[in-house]
Amino acid sequence: MRVIELHRSVTESNDRDAARLRAELKEKGVLLINLMSAPGAGKTTLLIRIITDLRGKLSIAVLEADIEASVDAERIEALGARSVQVHTDGMCHMDAGMTRTGLEALDLDGIDLAFLENIGNLICPAEYDTGAGLNLMISGVPEGDDKPLKYPLMYKESQALVLSKLDTLPYFDFDVEKFRERVLFLNPGIRIFPVSARTGEGMEALEQWLSEETAKWQEREEHA
Amino acid sequence: MHELSVVLHIAKTLDELAEENRLSRIGSVTLQVGEVSGIMTDYFTECWDYFKKKHPLLSDSRLKLETLPAVTFCEGCRQEYETVRYGRICPYCGSERTYLLTGNECIIKEIEAEDQ
Repeated sequence: MRVIELHRSVTESNDRDAARLRAELKEKGVLLINLMSAPGAGKTTLLIRIITDLRGKLSIAVLEADIEASVDAERIEALGARSVQVHTDGMCHMDAGMTRTGLEALDLDGIDLAFLENIGNLICPAEYDTGAGLNLMISGVPEGDDKPLKYPLMYKESQALVLSKLDTLPYFDFDVEKFRERVLFLNPGIRIFPVSARTGEGMEALEQWLSEETAKWQEREEHA
Repeated sequence: MHELSVVLHIAKTLDELAEENRLSRIGSVTLQVGEVSGIMTDYFTECWDYFKKKHPLLSDSRLKLETLPAVTFCEGCRQEYETVRYGRICPYCGSERTYLLTGNECIIKEIEAEDQ
C-alpha cells in the first residue's frame, strides 16, 4: 500500500469539466445561462415571459432540471420552445457532467440562448460550476429582503439578479433599497433587474440585457 | 443529499486517479473539511459507508476526516478571528466588513492505495 498525496479540491474535476463545456458552447455560439433560485421564486414563469417576448429575435431552448416530475418542461414546450427535462434523482444541484448530458439531449442547432433551470435551492447549486457562460439568480419579493444575509454564496456567484414578483410589493414588508444594498455589499458588480413577469414591469431592461449578452458571447466566438 | 453528491464527486476524481496510476484498490482516503464548509461529518461518513459497498475501488476503504478551522479577516481593524465563535461581525471593532480566509474547503489530502 502506498500513499499518494493529492491536495485536490473535491470540485476540481467538476471545474475542469465545466471549463471544457463552456469552451465548446462558445465555439457553437450558444450562451448558456444557469438560472438559480429558491423553489417558487418564479423561474418557469419568468422563462415563459422571456421566450414569448423574444420570439423572432432570439432562438431560445430550456434545460429543465428537477428532482422529479416534468411539469416545467411541459409548460415551456407548450410555447413551441425546445425543452428537455433532466431528473437528478434526489441530487440537490446540477453539475457540469449532468448539464452536458442534458444539453446533448437538447438539440442546440440554431439556438442562440439556452437556459439551465437549476434545482430550486439557494445553497448547493451555487457551489458547482455547470459550465454556463453566466449565472442568473432570481429572488422573489415574498422571500424577504434578508435572503442575501442568509445565502450569500449564490449572490456572490451570480452576474445578474432578477428581483421577481414586483407586483406583490404592496403585500410584503420588503425594503427594495435595503435588499439592493445587501446584494451590492456581497457583489458590487452584479446587475439587478426588478421585474414582474405577470405585469411585464421591468422586463424590457432584462430582455435587452439578455440580447446584449448573447450578442457579446457570439461575437467573441467569431474573433476566437 | 448534499453529502452524497460530494461523495460522488470524490469517487469520480479517485476513479480517474486510479486509471492514471493503475491502482487496484484504495485503502484509505484522507479528507480535509473546513468547519463552515456545510458538510456534516457524521452524515458524510454514513454516505461514504453506504456508497463504498457499491463501488469496487473503494469497497475496503477507510475514510479519515480532518477538520480545518474557519478564520475570518476583518477589513475594519485588519485582525483575524474565529468564525464559528463570532460569526460575521468582528468581535474587536464591530465591523461587518469581514470575509472568510479559510474554513469552507473540502480537499482530498491523500489516499493509500495498492498498485495493480
